[in-house]
Amino acid sequence: MKILVAIKRVVDHNVRIRVRPDGTGVETTGVRLSMNPFCKHAVEAAVQLAEAGQGAASPTEIVIVSVGPKAATDVILTALAMGAHRGILIETDADLETLAIAKLLAKVVDEEQADLVLLGKQAVDDDSNHVGQMLAALTNRPQATFASEISIVGPALEVTREIDSGRQTLSLPLPAIVTADLRLNTPRNAALPMVMKARAKPLAVRPVAEFGVDLSPRLVIEKINPPAERAAGRTLGSVADLAAFIADDIAQMEAL
Amino acid sequence: MRVLVLADHDAGLLAPATARIVQGATALGAIDLLVVGDDIAAIAQSAAALAGVAKVLTGKGSLAADGLAARLAALAGDYDYVVASAGSVGKDVMPRLAALLDVMPVTDIVTILGPTRFERPIYAGNAVQTVTDNQPRHILTLRASAFRPAATGNTADIEALDSDIASLVTLLANHRTLSDTPDLATAQIVVGGGVALGSAENFQLIEKLAKRLGAAVGATRAAVDAGYAPNDWQIGQTGKIIAPDLYIAIGISGALQHLAGIQGAKKIVAINTDAEAPLVKLADVALIGDLFETIPQLIAELDKRGVTH
Ligand SMILES: Cc1cc2nc3c(=O)[nH]c(=O)nc-3n(C[C@H](O)[C@H](O)[C@H](O)COP(=O)(O)OP(=O)(O)OC[C@H]3O[C@@H](n4cnc5c(N)ncnc54)[C@H](O)[C@@H]3O)c2cc1C
Repeated sequence: MKILVAIKRVVDHNVRIRVRPDGTGVETTGVRLSMNPFCKHAVEAAVQLAEAGQGAASPTEIVIVSVGPKAATDVILTALAMGAHRGILIETDADLETLAIAKLLAKVVDEEQADLVLLGKQAVDDDSNHVGQMLAALTNRPQATFASEISIVGPALEVTREIDSGRQTLSLPLPAIVTADLRLNTPRNAALPMVMKARAKPLAVRPVAEFGVDLSPRLVIEKINPPAERAAGRTLGSVADLAAFIADDIAQMEAL
Repeated sequence: MRVLVLADHDAGLLAPATARIVQGATALGAIDLLVVGDDIAAIAQSAAALAGVAKVLTGKGSLAADGLAARLAALAGDYDYVVASAGSVGKDVMPRLAALLDVMPVTDIVTILGPTRFERPIYAGNAVQTVTDNQPRHILTLRASAFRPAATGNTADIEALDSDIASLVTLLANHRTLSDTPDLATAQIVVGGGVALGSAENFQLIEKLAKRLGAAVGATRAAVDAGYAPNDWQIGQTGKIIAPDLYIAIGISGALQHLAGIQGAKKIVAINTDAEAPLVKLADVALIGDLFETIPQLIAELDKRGVTH
């Protein structure tokens, strides 16, 4: 079995971002960047599936792919340290749209003939939640998004998804595409020896032009603004004051 | 301009989100509303009653993204826009549809500025993008909480699509959260609880206050991860986006991923032991105190005042 995991390097989720005053975007220079949290859950899921399949006739191979600048090799190394076997960086300094990313990944899925492709359900920078679904369309494979449980049952995959009304469990034939939600697992922190070993694993850096994909953007981002600020609040002295505030607010709601 | 909207439904009822998506999409053109599922006759009736709907289309079969996206792609030729709510079905199917049509979608729209200009939040709502979409066809998802519901009283025609919608995926089980509280994403009042509740049993205190106020129940990721609340109660960057008139946040610190889900709330109340918690700073009014004392007192005060909603 071969598992391909697509990962993204983003502004670290703990960073409080700053919108550039000229409206051109979010300040990323001098800001900590790391693997998108959802992608970490996808990598962990792949490693756990490989561990569960140990002793099988053919061992599971985990291939990591990322689209991004040269520096994105650091998140690929993190994934390799977690237990993946080799990495591919599709190198570009451009900020590509999700459709272009999905087209590049589709080429890799084709080359690698992966049985299972895992991705994070969304990246915490643009919050798009597109790429897994697009990749499933472009490779004509069934998909299970927002996964909180994954297991391989014979020739099929069983996935529990978190949805608006609770959860649902699906069975899908392989090859398939799955996107990871946060409750899927607890990603491991690679121990130092694993980090050292990761450096010896194969990591191919391939220029984006090699893939022959039209990457021109379809949308025009006019500007990026900070959200509207909320008015300053106040602290109440007692529970009775709070009950009065709530009563007033409900009365106003019902008057409308 | 012609608009195809995909309806959301659950447990045999049209989802409250759909009336809001229809209302939002009326700014774009005349709407055909597609309802997909099994046993959808009653849902189609509710759909036909929404103002702004020209025609309801019904499709028998699966909502799984592979088959649904393929069917939507086949229908899309007749429309300038295909629109869904940014709920779990819309998020699942619309990017797949967009890729089939070689279109870049615009998702999680909170403001429609014009036929091709939209606003969408990024970075957990800490920035807002203004996007122009000049593609010949537009694939959009809208956040239901950002739009008002359409009026009812319409009697649009209902037309069945000719063949069933099939999928490679089999549904093995549905684990629905049973609750008689209102729909979280569209509720007028929401009471949310954090990990400070300490147990699923204690979390009933939140539910009790919510019931008292006719409110929906929400939770933080930490509370859901700890098993105190079901996953579909999670509010935030990776949970539901709410925009109630009143949000009462109890024992919630206000991590930026949680705040991402509540920016549309008109009034925010925080109850917390920590006067420095980010949510206390953000709130319109805050009460500093132990929730295990203040919530029972608050319920008693509301009873005393005869407050109902
Ligand atoms: C990628 C990513 C996505 C995430 N998505 C989400 C999301 O969608 N939604 C979400 O909510 N979180 C999300 N999180 C998690 C988020 O970062 C926080 O960890 C979480 O919101 C904290 O939940 P909490 O407020 O319940 O817990 P805490 O941060 O631990 O806060 C508990 C609060 O309770 C107060 N308290 C304690 N005891 C009492 C008492 N007796 N009475 C009153 N107050 C008390 C404390 O002062 C504190 O403010 C995400 C995290 C990541 C990394």
